[in-house]
Amino acid sequence: SRASRKRECRIMATVSVCQYHRGGFSFENCKRNALLEADINKLGFSSPAARKTGTTICGVVYKDGVVLGADTRATEGMVVADKNCSKIHYISPNVYCCGAGTAADTEMTTQIISSNLELHSLSTGRLPRVATANRMLKQMLFRYQGYIGAALVLGGVDCTGPHLYSIYPHGSTDKLPYVTMGSGSLAAMAVFEDRYRPNMEEEEAKRLVRDAIAAGIFNDLGSGSNIDLCVITKGKVDYLRPHDVANKKGVRTGNYRYKHGTTGVLAKTVTPLNLEVVEENVQTMDTS
Amino acid sequence: IVPVTGLCPQAGPYGVQDSLRRGFSSVKNELLPSHPLELSEKNFQLNQDKMNFNTLRNIQGLHAPLKLQMEYRAARQIQRLPFLPSSNLALDTLRGSDDTIGFEDILNDPVQSEMMGDPHIMTEYKLGVL
Repeated sequence: SRASRKRECRIMATVSVCQYHRGGFSFENCKRNALLEADINKLGFSSPAARKTGTTICGVVYKDGVVLGADTRATEGMVVADKNCSKIHYISPNVYCCGAGTAADTEMTTQIISSNLELHSLSTGRLPRVATANRMLKQMLFRYQGYIGAALVLGGVDCTGPHLYSIYPHGSTDKLPYVTMGSGSLAAMAVFEDRYRPNMEEEEAKRLVRDAIAAGIFNDLGSGSNIDLCVITKGKVDYLRPHDVANKKGVRTGNYRYKHGTTGVLAKTVTPLNLEVVEENVQTMDTS
Repeated sequence: IVPVTGLCPQAGPYGVQDSLRRGFSSVKNELLPSHPLELSEKNFQLNQDKMNFNTLRNIQGLHAPLKLQMEYRAARQIQRLPFLPSSNLALDTLRGSDDTIGFEDILNDPVQSEMMGDPHIMTEYKLGVL
C-alpha cells in the first residue's frame, strides 16, 4: 500500500543518515570528479587548478632570535592571483610560520595549529614552544599523507632559545640554522650558502634575508612583488610588511586627456527646468 | 588499495540505484575506495585509540585500558534523542579532544548537517521496534 511504501522510503533515507555522523573531510565527490576530469580532458579543456603560492620563503637564526622572510605573490597557474598576499602567518605571540604550496592549505593548517597551541598554552599556563608547534604540524601533515600541500618554515623564540624548523607536505621536518622553501628556494639558498655565518647581528641578518628573498623574486617566475620580514626576539616581534618594495608598478608617462579649451565654444543656451513638487511621502526609518 | 564492502552503497532513498545523485553504478565503485585517504580517515579515531590503549597496557598493565574502555562505553551511552545531534561532552573529555581543534570540528560539522532522519523512524530503529 502507499503508506507502507512511504514508510520504507523514510526508513532507507533514515538508515543512510544514521551511519554518518562524523565531521571532517568528505570523499563523496571523488569518483564524480575523476569521471569529470577524464571527460573534460577528452574535450580538450583543463579543470580549474588550486591556487598555489609559488613562493620564496626563508628563515635564519641570528644572535638574539629568528628572522623570517617571504615574498608576496600568489599565482593561479600562469596568472598572478594576489599581488600582495601575506605569507607569514601568526601561530602564537612568539612563534610565526611562513607557508608555501597551496594557499588554502597553508592558511587553514596554520590557523588550526594556532588555535590548538593557544588552548594548549592556556592548559599548561606557559608560553608555547616552537617544538610543540612543529610536532603538531608534522603529525597533522603525516596523517593526510601529503594531500595537504603545505610546505612551512616555522620559527620562534621560546624559553629554550631561538628555533627554526622546515616542514614538508608529507610530514618530515628539519631543524636547521637557515632554511628556504618554495619554488624560489634554490635561489634563496644560494645567497644563504654564500653569506651565512653563525651569531650574526640583527641588521646583518635582516639584510641577508632580504637579499635571499630578492634573489628568489628576481630569478623565479612564481615569486614576486614585495618582501615581508618578521623579526622574532625574546619578548618582541617586528612584523615588517612591506619591508622592501622590490617591484614598484610603473607610472604612466603619457596622458591622453585633452586640455581645457581644445574645442572652441560657438554658442551657449541655458534652459532652466521648473520642477514642482507633486507628492511628498515621508517614511520614518526604524532606528531601534 | 583494499576492497571494503559497503563503502559507498549506490542505493538511494527508494532502495534502487540513484543515477541522478551518484552516477552510474558498478561493483568496483562500491568495493574500492575513491580516495587513498578514505579508509584511513574512516578508521583514524579507532586506530588512535587502539594504539593508545596498547601503549597504556604496556606501561601500566592490563587494568588501565580496561578501566578506561569501561568509562568510554559508559560515556558513549549518554546521548540525546536519537534524531538530535549530541555534543558527546563526556566522551570528548575522556579522550582529551575537548581542548583540541581538528578538521572534524570545522568541516562537515554534524550539528550543521542539512539532513535529519525522520524522528519516528529513528526512535523505532533505536528501540528495535523497526
